Amino acid sequence: MGDWMGILAKYLPYFYDGLIITIKLTLVGLALGAVVGMPATIGRVYGGKWIRHLCVGYIELFRGTPILVQLFVVYFGFPELGITLSRMTSAYLVMALNSGAYQAEYFRGAIQAIGGGQMMAARSIGMSRLKAIRYVILPQALRLVIPAWSNEPISLLKASAVAFLIAVPDLMTQAKTIAARTYNPIGTYVIVAVIYLIVAFVLTGILHFLEKRLKIPGLELEAQRT
Amino acid sequence: MLLESIKFILMGTYVTIAVIAVALPLGFIFGLLLALIHVYGSPLISRLTSIYSTVMRGVPPIVLLFLLFFVIAGSINLSPFLAGSLALGIISSAYQLEIFRGAIQSVSSGQMIAARSIGMSRLKAVLYIILPQALRFAIPPWSNEVSTVIKDSSLVYALGVAEILRRSQFVAARTYKPMLAFSVAALIYFLMTFIANRFLDEVERRTRIPAH
Amino acid sequence: MAEPIIQIKDLSKQYGGKVVLKNISLTVNEGDAIVIIGPSGTGKSTLLRCINLLSKADSGSIKLDGKEINTPNVNEDEVRQHISMVFQDFLLFNHLTALGNVKIGLTKVRGMDAEHAEERAKEELTRVGLAENADQFPGQLSGGQKQRVAIARALSMEPRVILFDEPTSALDPELIGEVLEVMRKLAEEGMTMLVVTHEIGFARQVADRIVFIEGGVVVEEGPPNELFYNPKTKRTREFLWKITELYGHDQEEGQG
Repeated sequence: MGDWMGILAKYLPYFYDGLIITIKLTLVGLALGAVVGMPATIGRVYGGKWIRHLCVGYIELFRGTPILVQLFVVYFGFPELGITLSRMTSAYLVMALNSGAYQAEYFRGAIQAIGGGQMMAARSIGMSRLKAIRYVILPQALRLVIPAWSNEPISLLKASAVAFLIAVPDLMTQAKTIAARTYNPIGTYVIVAVIYLIVAFVLTGILHFLEKRLKIPGLELEAQRT
Repeated sequence: MLLESIKFILMGTYVTIAVIAVALPLGFIFGLLLALIHVYGSPLISRLTSIYSTVMRGVPPIVLLFLLFFVIAGSINLSPFLAGSLALGIISSAYQLEIFRGAIQSVSSGQMIAARSIGMSRLKAVLYIILPQALRFAIPPWSNEVSTVIKDSSLVYALGVAEILRRSQFVAARTYKPMLAFSVAALIYFLMTFIANRFLDEVERRTRIPAH
Repeated sequence: MAEPIIQIKDLSKQYGGKVVLKNISLTVNEGDAIVIIGPSGTGKSTLLRCINLLSKADSGSIKLDGKEINTPNVNEDEVRQHISMVFQDFLLFNHLTALGNVKIGLTKVRGMDAEHAEERAKEELTRVGLAENADQFPGQLSGGQKQRVAIARALSMEPRVILFDEPTSALDPELIGEVLEVMRKLAEEGMTMLVVTHEIGFARQVADRIVFIEGGVVVEEGPPNELFYNPKTKRTREFLWKITELYGHDQEEGQG
């Protein structure tokens, strides 16, 4: 145990550097994922035939394949097509697309929970579909989705850990180096595990805080049966 | 040469399926047991299983994979394949614990009361009344977990196991066609998750309780 | 005189600081149909649940066929094979058919083989008039049918006494009659039963004795004629008058 504290103390700056990259990956992935995921859901629920198929295809593809494979395709495969991206860019891109697919499903659940009645009511006072989505559906959906969506930041944080396999200088890459140097892989990775746990804990706290702030009384998703 | 390469990658499917065949049942048995002792055990035991669940689900699987691998390989001499599969199983057990816990708790409490009222012991009530209903509720989220395990099996790449992804990389290096190689890998995984989900959807349909 | 099936002496129970049952004493002889009435929330259901040990009474004695069952080391499961209960919200096993619901006590608790159990279960279902619905699931049955399956399930255990906890309170008015009819037949056949209910018509017609409980104590008890035409206390008279106004379906006037 004393060993472990020693490792932490000695390599703190390295852990820190890696952690920053990890957090960057997570937050950027989260934000860009929302930007991609929301339109994907709207396209899937309200779109015409081709748009719907496109959106479903994207969502199913990114939810049905491992993120590691996605990383390899983008970082190692794209250059063959003439698109060469740096490690970081590849990682950001994959994180965004991957998270987007999962966020799309959360949004879809929320929209379906709202039910068709709301759209009917909106159209019946003369709103266009677009207006109905913007002023009636989305405001409710965004609030309904919060509990389910708050799983995503933690999920993404954990998913980001595989980025080290394309040599992104995140927490895991640092850990690999430190483990080799100290000949103490178990100690090193325990520290890493604890760091991830702490970050997850902090993230959860922030999310709970936000959830409380944004609640509308009476507008809640009933506890879903599995 | 191309065909051989694709075949080479495809053979990795056997290894991947083997990994899943170890990890998933292990996660199931362990997860179900933990869920049962969490719901029906003493407050202390409940606390302990909660901690297990929080820790195992809060740490990235790849980190746990490495940790468990080093711990297991340190004590017993196991192949990376076996150590990795066992580790994945242990990781999955925490997620399956949550799935079964939720399912058991969503069986209405009246069912247990009714079972006790005809003289069933707690054990019999759980076996014959609670679990048959809980396991049905668990199928949709469990289907998700199956997909997750299928995808997480790719992580054993990092342990050097010759599964789909590692073989793709090998092919990519030899043929200078990484896009093709990794796309094939992606396709195989996609088909596996697709088939698994469809299969479980059908199972859910067939075991549904009429009008419930 | 034969040993009473159930002998309750000085039963008391507190719940969250409130006294729910206060020194209740009650004797149930073989073949008795006892109806318990009283304002809601005065411990009637709690009394029933103490009798079949779903709830633990704080003090007092409950004897089943002369043997004390309100003790810490009693085998509750065994006791419940002899004291069955029918609940207000039916509580049928959702994943089993009507037949399955009746069978399961026989196979899994009494260890009967499947063939015999199936036969017996069919008999009980026929007894409550649901032979044709044997293969339907609870979700496909009406409230009255569900409750009758629940009664069949309780009967399958061949209990010494059946406890009915407001068996018709959750039913639509037009479905109440079919359940009361089954209960009436059971009483006629000599089944020992304790019924908590608001159905005054049923109490008048079927009960051997009516017990009026209020505030956790027995206010008065006696045969229906006594209580209705010659009540000993003012409170009894008041309560019966009110409840007859609200609920009284006189069976002679046709099914309510």
